[in-house]
Amino acid sequence: MTDSRDDGPMVTAKKNSDELTAATVPHAQGSSAVARAVTINKPVTEVYAYFRDFSNLPSFMENVVSIDTPDRARSHWVVKAPGGTTVEWDARVTEDQPNALIAWTSEEGADVPNSGRVEFRDAGQRGTVVTATILYDPPGGTVGKLIAKMFQREPAIQARRDLRRFKQLMEAGEIATPAMNRKQFEEMGL
Amino acid sequence: MRALTWHGKHDVRVDTVEDPGIVNPRDCIIKVTSTAICGSDLHLYDGYIPTMKAGDILGHEFMGEVVEVGAKSTLKKGQRVVVPFTIACGSCYHCGKHQYSACDNGLPADNQDIAQELYGHPMAGLFGYSHMTGGYAGGQAEYVRVPFSDVGPIVIPDGIEDDKVLFLSDILPTGWMAAENADIEPGDTVAVWGCGPVGLFAVQSAFLMGAERVIAIDHFPRRLELARKFGAETLNFEQTDIYDALMLMTGGIGPDAVIDSVGLESHGLYVDNVVDQIKASTFLGTDRPHANRQAIIACRKGGRVSMPAVYGGFVDKWPLGAFMEKGLTLKTGQTHVQHYLPGLLQAIIDGKIDTTFLISHRMDLEDAPTGYQKFHDEQNDYTKIVLKPGLNG
Repeated sequence: MTDSRDDGPMVTAKKNSDELTAATVPHAQGSSAVARAVTINKPVTEVYAYFRDFSNLPSFMENVVSIDTPDRARSHWVVKAPGGTTVEWDARVTEDQPNALIAWTSEEGADVPNSGRVEFRDAGQRGTVVTATILYDPPGGTVGKLIAKMFQREPAIQARRDLRRFKQLMEAGEIATPAMNRKQFEEMGL
Repeated sequence: MRALTWHGKHDVRVDTVEDPGIVNPRDCIIKVTSTAICGSDLHLYDGYIPTMKAGDILGHEFMGEVVEVGAKSTLKKGQRVVVPFTIACGSCYHCGKHQYSACDNGLPADNQDIAQELYGHPMAGLFGYSHMTGGYAGGQAEYVRVPFSDVGPIVIPDGIEDDKVLFLSDILPTGWMAAENADIEPGDTVAVWGCGPVGLFAVQSAFLMGAERVIAIDHFPRRLELARKFGAETLNFEQTDIYDALMLMTGGIGPDAVIDSVGLESHGLYVDNVVDQIKASTFLGTDRPHANRQAIIACRKGGRVSMPAVYGGFVDKWPLGAFMEKGLTLKTGQTHVQHYLPGLLQAIIDGKIDTTFLISHRMDLEDAPTGYQKFHDEQNDYTKIVLKPGLNG
């Protein structure tokens, strides 16, 4: 038997998906993998440009407190963690193809080692397909992942919701909220 | 402000709650002048709909006056508007195709998880109808925050009273879309199961679309009488064998199109029926899938099935074989309200569609709890209640 794979994305493989996915990310850091795709009804130039300016990311990434960008390659992330704490890391861009791809990896000493890639593909009339693949080592391993899930700070849940918010922001110009007024909005967060 | 709030099964109260305000640039705030209690609100009242929280403001059929606008709203203060019950962004792929109830962005991101798990994809948001449809505060209140106000609400010209246009918010476009989904051709015979508000509007709409005959099916004599008023022939399923009657009335052919608007009063997602197998078997015992089965069996070969009736989970013993062998076509879905508003407003202005016949009672918002109780217990007399804030001064 030859070892053949179908055309399904690596991360959707039923066996060893994390390892397979790691192979798709340069400078892979992290043992858990998550991949999500969303189609955004805007031109690829616009979608890429907004995402590439990392200081924009906290506008739709709920758990990201702040991102400092000393230069275009480097960034410092402060992210909410379970139990009212925060985790921090430095990251650097390992690959950047305008309107096509951004890949990053965390630097040594990261609280949560992580790496990933976000691909942007022109989908014609449909807009832009954005595919995010993230590898990470959850704090406290499997237990940490469970705890994070309980607090809804699990990266797989967050990635899905963050991409939805990104889509809303790009398409509708604002992020849908059930808050009745500004006060409730401040209490709810994004 | 004052608002009708949900506190549990058969426990709704008019409370003083926080005033709404502009949150996003495309928002507007309206001062409600009329708001109806929908049959689907009774499912909330009966406690069937999960993800409700104490204090939630109900109501998804409402209209009023614009009193505040966000920077990107296209409305102006003082305009009278009717608000669609579906919350849609107007700028995603689906809105671009006028599939507003399939809007990608109407639901807040966190509220999309349940629908994504249940149906594979999240749908548009809804006003005042639990947290899995967005957790948006509803319209049975003095004021409402309306998101995406530049694409949702339709401006009503002066001189047209609320009662004539209020039902543009939900049940009129739902009945219209039900008839449209039946792809009616001139000379067609159309059978409509269920003569609630949506079924009755479907009867009117079917005639406007060229149906030669409409046969309306129900068991409430009052409802059948209303259907007859609009020109339908009627069948009472407690008195008559429906299949046999339809075959005799159509020369053995069967209706060219069938519309299942039974149980349409529910816009709700019957998640309890999805997750709870015991309740699921109870669900199967109701007559809603029964009407649907009957419609499919009666429909002529190559005919069309339109299903405005809301189904949230799974049905068993659905006649898939009859469906395939007869080559039927099914069209269904939550209403793309925004798509139908301009045309239907014009039809009302031109006097082609009458909506006021439905309203049996008008009450002050303060009396809403009584309204719910009466609407729940005395359905024959209370066909439709419209709440008017400040009616009693």
